[in-house]
Amino acid sequence: MGQIVTITKRELAGYFATPVAYVFILIFLLLAAAFTFYLGGFYERGQADLLPFFNFHPWLYLFLIPAISMRLWAEERKSGSIELLLTLPVTLWQAVLGKFFAAWAFTALALALTCPIWVTVNYLGAPDNGVIVASYLGSLLMAGAFLAIGSCMSALTRNQVVAFILAVVVCFAFLLAGFPLVLDAFRGWAPQAIVDAVASLSFLTHFEALSKGVLDLRDVLYFALTMGFFLVATAFVLDVRKSE
Amino acid sequence: MIRTERLTRRYDTLTAVDEVSFEAQPGEVLGFLGPNGAGKTTTMRMIAGFIAPTEGRASICGHDIEREPLAAKRALGYLPEGAPSYGEMSVKAFLEFIADLRGLAGATRRSRLDHVIARLALQDVTAQSIDTLSKGFRRRVGIAQAILHDPPVLILDEPTDGLDPNQKHEVRALINEMAAEKTIVVSTHILEEVEAVCTRAIIIARGRIVADDTPQGLTARSRYHNAVSLQLADAAEYARAQAALAALPQVASVEADERELRLTALPQPGARILTAVTDLANRQSLGLKSLALESGRLDEVFRSITV
Repeated sequence: MGQIVTITKRELAGYFATPVAYVFILIFLLLAAAFTFYLGGFYERGQADLLPFFNFHPWLYLFLIPAISMRLWAEERKSGSIELLLTLPVTLWQAVLGKFFAAWAFTALALALTCPIWVTVNYLGAPDNGVIVASYLGSLLMAGAFLAIGSCMSALTRNQVVAFILAVVVCFAFLLAGFPLVLDAFRGWAPQAIVDAVASLSFLTHFEALSKGVLDLRDVLYFALTMGFFLVATAFVLDVRKSE
Repeated sequence: MIRTERLTRRYDTLTAVDEVSFEAQPGEVLGFLGPNGAGKTTTMRMIAGFIAPTEGRASICGHDIEREPLAAKRALGYLPEGAPSYGEMSVKAFLEFIADLRGLAGATRRSRLDHVIARLALQDVTAQSIDTLSKGFRRRVGIAQAILHDPPVLILDEPTDGLDPNQKHEVRALINEMAAEKTIVVSTHILEEVEAVCTRAIIIARGRIVADDTPQGLTARSRYHNAVSLQLADAAEYARAQAALAALPQVASVEADERELRLTALPQPGARILTAVTDLANRQSLGLKSLALESGRLDEVFRSITV
């Protein structure tokens, strides 16, 4: 546990060692606000809730999360520091989790900085704050699933740009798994059971309830399992390809 | 202590390391020599637990690197090839990070950090980010990181690469200083380094151990071992000496360098020709500029067994 915390702390400090972290947070906040007020019609709806804010999180994360996760392992492999890290008394799992938690904590920070919108909605009306807290947790959970995918894609390559593009593509597929764009690719050849299984993998469907503040165990479990699966995949990929 | 048993690593059709077995004891500084691509780095990576061997095994202080990786890694200080580190970190933050992962705490942590920073002369750059440092400094940060927890076993992959002659001297002095109680493996392709720091040298070529001997033992394999070289005063003396040397019965052959007016008499196997040559020089009163007994040339031995 101590090793994980040490790695997380180093990694997190690494984000802020360059202006990248600040630029990222700024863009995240600007886009979140733009989506909420312009596309979401926050004022026009005339309702004191944050649905227009949370509704756009999957789309916001689609491009911003891969930007956080792309450096996780690709950079370690490119600079060779992965050899240093993995020959210290650290298990592969501690390294994978330590880095993942750092990226997740950074995302949590960016998400926490959107709190002015929470203050705003409370100023304008009387929203259900329990729902908002639940929605924030749901959003963070989904961000974790995106990050786990990104971590796995980052482990596949030494090139951060490639890691970014792979992560966007895979995240996009997961986002739209329940929609014809993805399902049609399976309908032609796969049995109905597989098509149904793919359809049930959609981030959008699972996030729908969460964004309304309903913490359904199935949705929570879905994102937790997705996270778990891609973290195991990250460790597996690293074990095979770390020295290449 | 380091022990490897038939350590092997294959990549598809290529066998990068082929049944490498050796043992290194405390007090030994083992030099790993070989041409580029011979398998030195792959061998070290397997011992350090970064690459899994295809076959065979390696252990550090009795801990098998695959079955007890954490115990083995705790006993090991490792400088990977190219001294990688986290470029955006300051030297101090980087060494503190390593100290934390190494489980150093309290007064020990502080004294070890102070010690390595002083020992590798990093005092002036502790606040600088590693990216901004010169190659020599980065290499020293890598060495500092490896010896931070005072490990019983050290593996250093090209520790003096990129250092200037003074820094090389410093690092060699550091290795010699630590040699008494530690097991140290150093890879290098600088032959003078072997003679400067190693008590034993293993030469690897195409993944196999082709020689395992002391540096003296290796130089003794040279055809120049116990050869006598002379430099003559002028061309006439040179021609006279060449004929006289070739006529000596114990001399196998004479190598001539006409531009430098230098002759090297190679002995018959096992023969000692120094007295014969000096007697000859006195008898014929050759005009000599210099006369020297050669102990052997490591670069020539290296070439003859690795090419």
